[in-house]
Amino acid sequence: MPNTESFFYMKTNRILYSIILLSLLNVCKMNAVHDTMVLDVPWDNGTALSIKIDYEPMWKHVILEKADSSGVFVPLSVFFEGQTEYIDSDVLANAKQIYRISAYTSDRKDSLIVVKGGVATEQWFYMGKLSMLILLVLICTAIMYFISLARRGKALFIRRINGLDSMDEAVGRATEKGKPILFIPGIGDLDDIQTIASLSILSHLAQRSAEYNTDIIVPCKYSMVMSAAREVVKEAYLKVGKPDAYKEQNIFYLTDDQFGYVAGIDGIMLREQPAANFFMGSFFAESLILAETGFSTGAIQTAGTAQAHQLPFFIVSCDYTLIGEELFAASAYLSNDPQQIGSLKGHDFGKVMLIVLTIAGVIFEILGLHGFKNFFTVG
Amino acid sequence: MKRTIPLLITFIVGLIVISSEFIPHRPFSMINSTLENWYLSISGFAIVLGLLSLVQVNSSKVYHKAENWQYSLASLVSLVVIVIFGVLWGMEDQRGILGNGEAISAFIGKKPFDYLFDNGITPLSSTMFSLLAFFIASAAYRAFIIRSFESNLLMITAVIVILGRTSFGPMLTSWLPKSLSFLHLPNLTDFILTYPSSAAQRAILMSASLGIIGSSLRIIIGLERSYLGSDE
Repeated sequence: MPNTESFFYMKTNRILYSIILLSLLNVCKMNAVHDTMVLDVPWDNGTALSIKIDYEPMWKHVILEKADSSGVFVPLSVFFEGQTEYIDSDVLANAKQIYRISAYTSDRKDSLIVVKGGVATEQWFYMGKLSMLILLVLICTAIMYFISLARRGKALFIRRINGLDSMDEAVGRATEKGKPILFIPGIGDLDDIQTIASLSILSHLAQRSAEYNTDIIVPCKYSMVMSAAREVVKEAYLKVGKPDAYKEQNIFYLTDDQFGYVAGIDGIMLREQPAANFFMGSFFAESLILAETGFSTGAIQTAGTAQAHQLPFFIVSCDYTLIGEELFAASAYLSNDPQQIGSLKGHDFGKVMLIVLTIAGVIFEILGLHGFKNFFTVG
Repeated sequence: MKRTIPLLITFIVGLIVISSEFIPHRPFSMINSTLENWYLSISGFAIVLGLLSLVQVNSSKVYHKAENWQYSLASLVSLVVIVIFGVLWGMEDQRGILGNGEAISAFIGKKPFDYLFDNGITPLSSTMFSLLAFFIASAAYRAFIIRSFESNLLMITAVIVILGRTSFGPMLTSWLPKSLSFLHLPNLTDFILTYPSSAAQRAILMSASLGIIGSSLRIIIGLERSYLGSDE
């Protein structure tokens, strides 16, 4: 019969030894995962944390989990072999985030769990956008410089834009035929800069149509655009001293639906047979349907958009097309205001700068110097 | 005063929005989303204006029996019917004032609003969209008529891209040896789309971006005012 006292003594000792051994083993394992850091991603809005793990190759499966609001760990990512960093871009600023890293050997016989936390804080500057800021400042300075040059009376040369020069001709033709002009301000809402640019063109066009006593029809896709367009046309009629000729019902809302809007405009084109169609602003899949219907009615067509994918359709179906930048330059061009025309020279400076930067970028890349490209990569 | 206050607001808001692009700290980081919410709220009210315009323009045409007044009547009837269906029985998961209209749903398979949307508006939109195929054919015919050196180039490029994107294209050039694989139609198509076509599109995008910067600057500093209705 074994002595009960010595049996318990031996048992307790075994447990103690086991605990000490396990602790030692865990210390070794901790050394196997050398370092785990949860760092705030610098120069951002405090919505990203970088989880860096430096681990031995023995850990074949490394799983990253994140504690949700109730403290339950949910899987975030599985590290592939050799991966040492994961950027969690879905964190709240100034709130502590807890991560759990579970590592397993390939046979899953050994495992290790590390829990770490970190806080993402907001910074006062996006360092990744430094290059963008420098370019913006340079272009804006150039524009301001050319405006001040124009203010001082220096004559600046601006190339002719046929699409804009032909506007008066189109209005004249509509007057001769006794037909209205149709102006489509695109399918963008008022928060789209292309729509704003189109309203500036509408202002000029409405003045001409008021002078020639020609109706201008403006169907709108958004109520906000309709309100702004009404104001623009009304002011244009006031400016030429013909407020009574202004017809509010000619500037109307059609529908918010893209193809419903197209169907409505096509109907207007076929029924009213406008002598001149203007498509200015943001256009998508409807561009060709509109332009081809207009083409079939025999109207003079002028289009302008910055949507590169829609430009070929307009070029094929319209008599004149304002390509990209020309749409934004139209207002300054048509105003004949030297200061505004001066600002267009600033665009030219921007173009020269972009060409130089592109060539420099190509040369640096060929030479294997990637710092230049990296500096201009917004991240 | 009528011009000064809007110009001042434009100047201040413009500067704040530009700053918010480069300052990730609050309150700047919140400004864009806040302004978008304001815009959504305002445009919500503007829908009433649109609705009023729609009713006003079309009812006037019907009342005066203007030319093609029947179309206006159809628009008004459609508007009234869909609004009534939406208000009475709701749409999708939303309840109307008379509930979900289970009896009607059992008969037609879905809520009346959804039924009209799925069987009326959606097919009509799809029809308009499908017209694009025919218009592309007529536009392509005009664009590819050989008149000059440029239109010749356009024609050749278009033929290569069209063939390269069909299953017939690879068949045509599958006999080419490996050393001439760059002439294999799908490879040639990829080359055209990846290099010359992308380069041209990026040039347009870059110049448009410059135009946007210039246009925005003119608006912010108050040089460009025609969007306000007058440039005076």
